[in-house]
Order: sequence, then C-alpha cells, then structure tokens
Amino acid sequence: MPTIYDVIENVGRELYLRALKDIPADVRAALRKGWERERQSGNRSAEQVMFTILENVRTADAQDTLVCQDTGLPVFLVDIGADLGINVAELEQRLRVACERATREYPLRSNTVHPLTRKHTGVNTGEGIPVIHLAFIPGSMSIHIRMAPKGSGSENMSFLKMLNPSEGIRGIRKFVLECILESGARPCPPVIVGVGLGGTSDTAMQLAKKASTFRGIGSRNPDPEIAQLEQWLLEKINQTGLGPQGLGGATTALAVHIEWAHTHISQNPVAVNIQCWRGERAEAIVHADGSVTYLDGAS
Amino acid sequence: MAHHKLRTPLSEDDVRRLQLEDTVTIDGAIFGIRDATQIRMFDEGIAPPADLSGSVCLHTAPGVRKRPDGGYEKLSIGTTTSTRMNRFVPGLLETHGVRAIVGKGGLLEDSVEAMRRFGGAYLAIVGGAAALETMQIEEIEDVWWEDLMPECLWKFRVKDFGPLIVAIDAHGNNLYQRVRDQAAARIRDLLG
Repeated sequence: MPTIYDVIENVGRELYLRALKDIPADVRAALRKGWERERQSGNRSAEQVMFTILENVRTADAQDTLVCQDTGLPVFLVDIGADLGINVAELEQRLRVACERATREYPLRSNTVHPLTRKHTGVNTGEGIPVIHLAFIPGSMSIHIRMAPKGSGSENMSFLKMLNPSEGIRGIRKFVLECILESGARPCPPVIVGVGLGGTSDTAMQLAKKASTFRGIGSRNPDPEIAQLEQWLLEKINQTGLGPQGLGGATTALAVHIEWAHTHISQNPVAVNIQCWRGERAEAIVHADGSVTYLDGAS
Repeated sequence: MAHHKLRTPLSEDDVRRLQLEDTVTIDGAIFGIRDATQIRMFDEGIAPPADLSGSVCLHTAPGVRKRPDGGYEKLSIGTTTSTRMNRFVPGLLETHGVRAIVGKGGLLEDSVEAMRRFGGAYLAIVGGAAALETMQIEEIEDVWWEDLMPECLWKFRVKDFGPLIVAIDAHGNNLYQRVRDQAAARIRDLLG
C-alpha cells in the first residue's frame, strides 16, 4: 500500500513531465487568438511565427514529446490541508526525488549548476532547488500541487524596483513598460507578464512569479483597481508592436497578471517576472485517501 | 519577402542576397553551439575540432540520450537566446568563416556590423518550438567536446530546416532594432 508520500513523489514526477509536454488549455486558446489577430492584421512574419508556435504544440501532442528543450528549474506551489498532519520535511524530500526521477527516467536535460563553478548536479535538483512554496489551508483535507519547470529565457527577464511612494501608479506603469522594452525579443514573446506590487522586495518577486506562471490566462485580480491596471498594461504592451518573437506584430503579451501585498509607508516595490508563450505548468490534487485528480492547469 | 532554399555550406553570395523578412529553409548540416562551447573557443583559445567555414551555427544545447554505440539519439533540440552569446559572433564570422547564425532574441550592434563586413546573416527561428525543430533535425551526425555536455559542439543533419526569418541581413539591417525603436517611441508617447 503506497503511503501519501509515495503518491506525492509520483505526482511530482508526473507533473514535471506533463508541464513540459502538455500546454494548458487556456494558453492554447490565447495562442490561437494571437494567431487569428496576426492573420487579420496581415502581418505575414507575425502570422508565420504564431502558426509555427501552434504547429509546435500540435507536434508535441502528436509525438508525445517536449514542447521546448528548456526543462527549466522546477518550482512547486503546494497548498496543504492544515488538518492532514503532513510531515513537511518528508513532502519536500519527496518532491526533490520526484524531480530527480523525472530527469533520470525520461531523461530530461539537466540545467542545475553551481552559481560560481557552473558545475552540473546532473539531476535538476541542488541547493535550494526545487523551489517549493508551501501554504497551509484551514479546513482542507487535500494537497494541491502546482508545478512549473520555469524556463530560463523568460526567467532571465526578471526585474525589481523599489519606487518612491510619490511615483505612484504612474511610476508602476512606466517601470513595467520599460521592462517589456528591455526584455524585447529575448523571453520568447508573446509573453505572460507577471507583476508583483507591494510587500518587501522578496515578496514582490514571489508575487510576480506567481502572477506570471501560476494564474489562468486572462484571469482578473478580484480587486477592481488592480484588475483595471492589468487591463491597461495589456493594452499598452500590445500597442508597442514588439510582437511575436520581437519581430513585430500586435501580439506581444497573452496576458498581464498582478498580485499584490500591503507594503511600508515609505516603499513602493514593483517586481516583474516574465513567462514565455509556452506558459508551462501542471497541477494535481492529492486527496486524503491517496487518490489523485490531475487538473488541466487553467485554474 | 522572398523564400530561399539554401544548402550548406553557404557562400558569401548566398547570404548577401537575403533581405530582411525573407524566409529561408536549410538542407545539409548545421552546427550546435552554446555559451560553454564558445568560452572554450574564444576565451580558452582552443581551435574547434571541425571546419566551420561556410557553416550555419544554431544556438542550442540539446536534450539527448546516449546510444550503446556511443552516438546520440535526439530527444529535444530547441534554440536558446542569442543575445547572451553576442560577444562571440564577430569572431565566429571573421576567424571561422561562419555564414549564418540561427537563434532567437537577436544580436547587438557589433554583430550586425560584423555581418555587414564579412557577409553573414542572422536567421530567426521560433524560440520554444523545439518539438518541430527536433523533427527537422534528421540525425546527430557528430559531437565534439563531450565534457561540456550538453553544451558540446554538435553537428546535425537537417532537411527543410525552418522556415527561418531573416532578422539581420548582410547589409547592416536589423529587424529587432527597427521594431524596438518603434516600440520605444510608442512607449514615450503613451507616458506623455
């Protein structure tokens, strides 16, 4: 009889592979919309790029293969039912083993190196890797695991600025647009833009990652003012004309998502984290009885 | 916007004819190179064990599986961001006679100038589209510097590799810069 930890390990391994092979339904729909937009605008290069992206997703489905060669750095968000009595150290260890097994058994390209010596660990885990964020949910009797093998072309486009409070929303808008311009063609547009507002510097970066990588495409923040800023930024980013792959066109971003936290009276932190068009993520719910429900990643 | 079907090795004339936004497909062989490959070539001054003259180089580090006979089976071959390796491009063209770089994300001004001077082109592939790219690579023909795995020097046999978009030509034109300048102007207008 497998333990709940055995199940978690198997689910972790499965999510890593699913996220690399199977683009979420909401991302697919947004890519298709982008292709139609470029076709209508008569921009042949942009239409070609969007068509190739859709062809690539179809090919990955048909061949049961990876969408992109970048197997990323593994990131997990885990919501744990607070009354389940889960041993968190064991859960973290099993998610680590899950990444190592996925890497060896598929085999996946390993990307994980020491930051100074650049020496490979060979298994896509290492010091601080996988990245695991835990939350405890009162009243829940299940474990919700979300996984993203975050690709590097987009992750290298990460930005933080501690703006002055007096710069306000105008400063935030300006900084985000400057980040998009600075990123240009490098993060594989059309991108998903994640913005983290408030908190301390580290909170802002984490919120930006959550926004870029774990939210459903086009979902709106429940706070109407934040939602309005998401909409404004999406429109303006697409008006820049950077386009698919930065070669020009109307589809620079598929979505802009903002997550926020309260902050200090003298702070105005803004973080930007970019996700590439692949929008890789996968998720599953592990129930208390050990059964598993895989979700399509669009929540 | 013409389409060109090119066979490697490429001549200077092959690349001088390419115009921005033309499309290209390639038959023949292309070399795979990445950061570590070029650090060895240029920073450590070790000559590449293969002749790169007239070649097409792809910015990549493939996912592979080693076969019992010592060769490699392709698993996932895609493209990485070129800008990171911009500083090696003038040397690739001037010293090693490389004619075309296939990449994503574009190159900087000194590489654009080297392409104009020595006759080279930057061909944009769709970043992230590794499933398709892997299908267009028929076989991993050769590999050198396996100690750098996966950033070895790779030789791939390709058929109908593309379509690639000419994003930097051999006449000093850079599509990325053109698009970026326009975007910068629009952002200035938006912010007033």
